[in-house]
Order: sequence, then structure tokens, then C-alpha cells
Amino acid sequence: MARIDLVDIGHSYAGSDAPEVSHAVKPMSLTWRQGGAYALLGPSGCGKTTLLNIISGIVVPSRGRILFNERDVTSLSTQARNIAQVFQFPVIYDTMTVAQNLAFPLKNRRVPPREIEARVGEIAELLDLTDVLGRKAVGLTADVKQKISLGRGLVRSDVAAILFDEPLTVIDPHLKWQLRSKLKALHRALDVTMIYVTHDQTEAMTFADTVVVMHDGRIMQSGTPAELFERPEHTFVGHFIGSPGMNVLPAEISGREARVAGHTIAMVKSYPTLAANARAELGVRPEFVRLAAPGCGLPVHVERIDNLGRVRIARLRVGDLKLVATVPRGLELTGAASVVFDPARVHVYAESRLVAGAD
Amino acid sequence: MDKPSDNKAWLLVLPAFLLVVFTAIIPMMTVVNYSVQDTFGNNQFFWNGVGWYKELLDPSTELGGRFYTSLGRNLIFSAIILAIEIPLGIVVALSMPREGWSVAACLVIMALPLLIPWNVVGTIWQIFGRSDIGLLGAALNGVGLNYNYVANPLDAWATIIVMDVWHWTSLVALLCYAGLKSIPEAYYQAARIDGASRWAVFRAIQLPKMHRVLLIAVLLRFMDSFMIYTEPFVVTGGGPGNSTTFLSIEVVKIALGQFDLGKAAALSLVYNLVILIVCWVFYTVMTGSRSRPHVLGGSS
Repeated sequence: MARIDLVDIGHSYAGSDAPEVSHAVKPMSLTWRQGGAYALLGPSGCGKTTLLNIISGIVVPSRGRILFNERDVTSLSTQARNIAQVFQFPVIYDTMTVAQNLAFPLKNRRVPPREIEARVGEIAELLDLTDVLGRKAVGLTADVKQKISLGRGLVRSDVAAILFDEPLTVIDPHLKWQLRSKLKALHRALDVTMIYVTHDQTEAMTFADTVVVMHDGRIMQSGTPAELFERPEHTFVGHFIGSPGMNVLPAEISGREARVAGHTIAMVKSYPTLAANARAELGVRPEFVRLAAPGCGLPVHVERIDNLGRVRIARLRVGDLKLVATVPRGLELTGAASVVFDPARVHVYAESRLVAGAD
Repeated sequence: MDKPSDNKAWLLVLPAFLLVVFTAIIPMMTVVNYSVQDTFGNNQFFWNGVGWYKELLDPSTELGGRFYTSLGRNLIFSAIILAIEIPLGIVVALSMPREGWSVAACLVIMALPLLIPWNVVGTIWQIFGRSDIGLLGAALNGVGLNYNYVANPLDAWATIIVMDVWHWTSLVALLCYAGLKSIPEAYYQAARIDGASRWAVFRAIQLPKMHRVLLIAVLLRFMDSFMIYTEPFVVTGGGPGNSTTFLSIEVVKIALGQFDLGKAAALSLVYNLVILIVCWVFYTVMTGSRSRPHVLGGSS
């Protein structure tokens, strides 16, 4: 059980004096509170796995410190940090049975056999592995193997945090849901800090209380799933979260008006902090763009409407700008149309960063 | 669904089939033919039935005695070779670098002994071990050891064993290295997190993952060492006395020295059978713990 603080952590695989551009993880500070369920979300190569490996001790950061409950563990080995990690591909010890696999970390730490047996039984119960305890782990399916990897982390009662590195990659889709809800239930039952790395926003949003979005070695935003959806602090977060992502339109802001592609849109707030020469953009999610008959708002051209089953998505064009909107049931439009933005849901970005409005 | 009846496939197999017929089946059948006959000069052949086999398998006869003594030598030799080369090969593979420029350097150095023709290996060691001019022999005698592989059977054995270890441990090491390279990094990371010691990592991860290549290494090294001919022939010529006369040398002596083609043929076939049986035992034992029948296939 531990609170984890990253203090001015940064890492470059090219060495500590490499220029910051080449850093896999750019200098950052972050706190993971004890018992939280976190997701590290970002596209491939954004540094999320490096950050995870820094926490677990597989990678020693080229700068900064890591604190577990205020204790500096930066130079401690993985083993001494008491963390558990579940990898992308299930790691199991081929020659051992499931029970022996689960007992392995305890045996290595010279826990008395009687205690090992009790603890293995307990964890097997928790993970529904009791039936297969006596079987060789090698012949089991990927989801069971992944549960064994997780179990090997959980058997250690003193484990500070459990780290997951895209653990569901090799799991069949219909089992992903099961395993994810199992993780969620375990998190509630065990009160242990969990950090879950993924590039899949659904996984991140359903698992975590707090989602940390990373891009290019930087943390873009850290917040609840609702916050990420409703108030993306960076246009990247707007794009990355949501399907399809947020519309980002170059705009000129003056007072309570925004000009997009030559058309004026009324805003509910003014943006006095917006620098005059900054690159300004409007961000609005497709869910808050209402498609209407021509003449009701911003004139658009409907290029096509995709039916995704649960929802229909209209691909629109305003001048040279592309725009996406969800289409309500029953509405059929082609050619010329117009859109209206939900004024409370329109955000203004300067140099890609969210600008706070004033009433 | 009816399969289209096209017999062209047989035509395509024909070249390979003919090759096997001329290189394996016909020579083998010739040997079988010899083994049931007694031969004299002028190409005279007399039917002898299973007479040679009976004599061969009866230790009280001259032929049987030679067969069992040489077979014993072969078994002891192969056992020693496996006992040294397999563990040594594993140790060498474990200590080889896993990345960087030194990998290529290591691989080249390791492969060198494998590239040298067998009789050249024999000649190298024959000279290397000579007590008058050989670096090894002269050095050993120089430090006061009385080493002479021409006169002392123990020295002769030691020389041949060290030579074989020098020649073939690389093969085991390279096979094991390939097995080790196929282990994903996550296994080592997980083991570190699980607090595994170096030995536990070896037992729980590396050895099981090397299982397939080790099987191949054991089979190859057994077959090769059991069939050893060239090197002892060049180094010791089977001596001193008969102390390094292995079955292969025996066969040649009987076939080409005495021109007893019948005896030699019977011995060859039994020799062949022994190799097959021992390989089958190794294979069964080493794959027995796993219920997968295709251990030799796959990605090893």
C-alpha cells in the first residue's frame, strides 16, 4: 500500500544529457494516491510504458526521484520496491503448475510453506483459479494465464502497487469485459494502487477513476473520464478521447464572438486572457454539434453520413474545414445544411491549450 | 468433395525418391545382403543365414568379444561427451553477450571449430599433443606431468575427449544461445519482480525455454560422438593397444583390414540399430514430461 510521488522525473534512452526533445519521458511531477485506480492512456510511443517501467524499477530514470510513501526508492531494485507488474503477454513459468506459479514469489522470499499454501488458496479463490490449481500452467488459455500473472503479483500481501502494461492485448474480446470487471472488483476489494497502461480509451475509461493522458513524453491531462470528455485541456486530449474525437476549428475570437471560416458564432463567455497573436481554435465534441436544416446556424455541406449502428456520424465541410457531428435518429440531410453548437460545450484553445472563459 | 485425380505429384516426387534409392536404400540393402553371407576372394559368396549375427551377439566368440568391448567404449565415450558438452554449452551460452557488437564477434569465434574438417581437427590435435614437438604435450611434460597419448591409454582418451569438447561444445552453445534469444524480455522482468534468484531464473525460465534446442543438441551430440571415427583414427589410430578402438574403427578394420564383409555388414547394421534405439530412448525421455508429440518441429 503506498502513495507514489514522481518528482521531476524524466528519462531519455540516449542518456541524461541528451536534449529534451529526445526524451521518452519529458520532465514531470505527478502523484498517485494510495488506493487509486489509474490509467495511463496514450498512443503507441508516447512514453507510457517507459513511465510505468520507471515506477516498477525496470528503467532507472535519467533524472528526478520516485517516492513510495515519502521514501526515496529511485535507486532501489524492482524487487525491493514491492510492486507487481502484469505484462502485455502473459508470463508464466512453463514447467510449474498454477499453484507453483502463484507460490513462486513467496518461495523466493522464503515465506514458510504453510503460509504460502494458505495465501495461494486465498488468491486462487479471488481469481477463480481454484479449479486449475493442480494443472500445468502452460496448456491454459491466454486469459487464465494473464490471471496467473496477476495472481503472482497479488499473493504478496505487502505489495505497494500493481502495474498493468496493456494486459488485455492478447485476450479475446468477449473475455476482455470479464477480466476488466474482475480487475475493477479486485481493486475495490483490495484497496491497492493500480496503474493501468493502455492505448484503448474504452479500457482506460471503464477501469480507472483517474485517467492520465500522455502524448510525446508529456502528460496532457489527468482527470476523471468525465473531465476528459467534457473539458479537454489540450486539443490532443479532445482528439484522442471520444470516438470520433473533438472538432477543432481555427477561429478568431473577439469579445463574445468567434469567427470560423468567415461566419460568426456567438459565445456565452469572453476570453480576456487570450493573447492577441496566439493561434486560437474552437473545440466542440460531435455530440454537441446539432445538425439542422439550412439557415439555422453555421452553413455546412454534408459530405456523407456514416451509420455506426448505435449512432450516426455526419462528415461535414465548412469552407475548407472538416467537421463531424452526431446525427439524431430520423434526420436525413444531404447537400446544404447548417449546424448549431451547444454554447456551453464550446471550448477555446490558444496554442492547443484550453483558455478559461470569463462571464 | 472429390479430390481431383491428378497423378502428377508422383512425377514430382520421383527425383527425390531416386536420390534416396541410390544413396540410402540400395547401399543399405547391399549391406543387408552381405550380412547374411560369407565372402571369399574371387567374389565367392556363401549363404550364412543369421550366423554372423549369432556370433556377433555372443560375447564368448572373437567377433562378439570385440563388438561388446568396443560398444562399451562407445557408450562410455558418448556418456562422457554428453556429460561435459551439454552443461558446458549451456554455461557458455548463458555467459555470451545478448546484444551489441560483441555478439557477432562471439558467434564467429564460436563457429570457427565447427568449420574445420574433421581430419584436420584430428591432425591439429595429433601434433598439438605430441610430447616432443606439440605445444600441449611438451608443455604438460615440461611442468612435470608424464603425458604421452601414444603410450598411455588414459592420456589417449583424455586427448580425444578434450579434442571433441573443443570441436563440438560450440554447437551446443550456439543451439542454446538461439533458445535463450527467443525468451522475451518480459520474462526476466517478471522474474525480477517475483524476486527470483539467478538460479531460480535459470530453473524456471531459461532451462524450460531451452528444452527443445537441448533435445536437438543431445540427439546430435549423441549420434555424432557415437559414430566418431575420423579424429581418433587420425590421432591414435585406435591405440594404444585397442584402447581407443571404437565401433566405427572396428567396422573398418574388419571390412577393409580383414576383408570380412559379412561380419562387418552384420556389425554395421547392429551398430546402426543401437544408435536408433538410444536416440529413441533420449527422445522419449526428454519429451515424456510434455504431452506434445511435435517437439522437434516448431520454432526451435
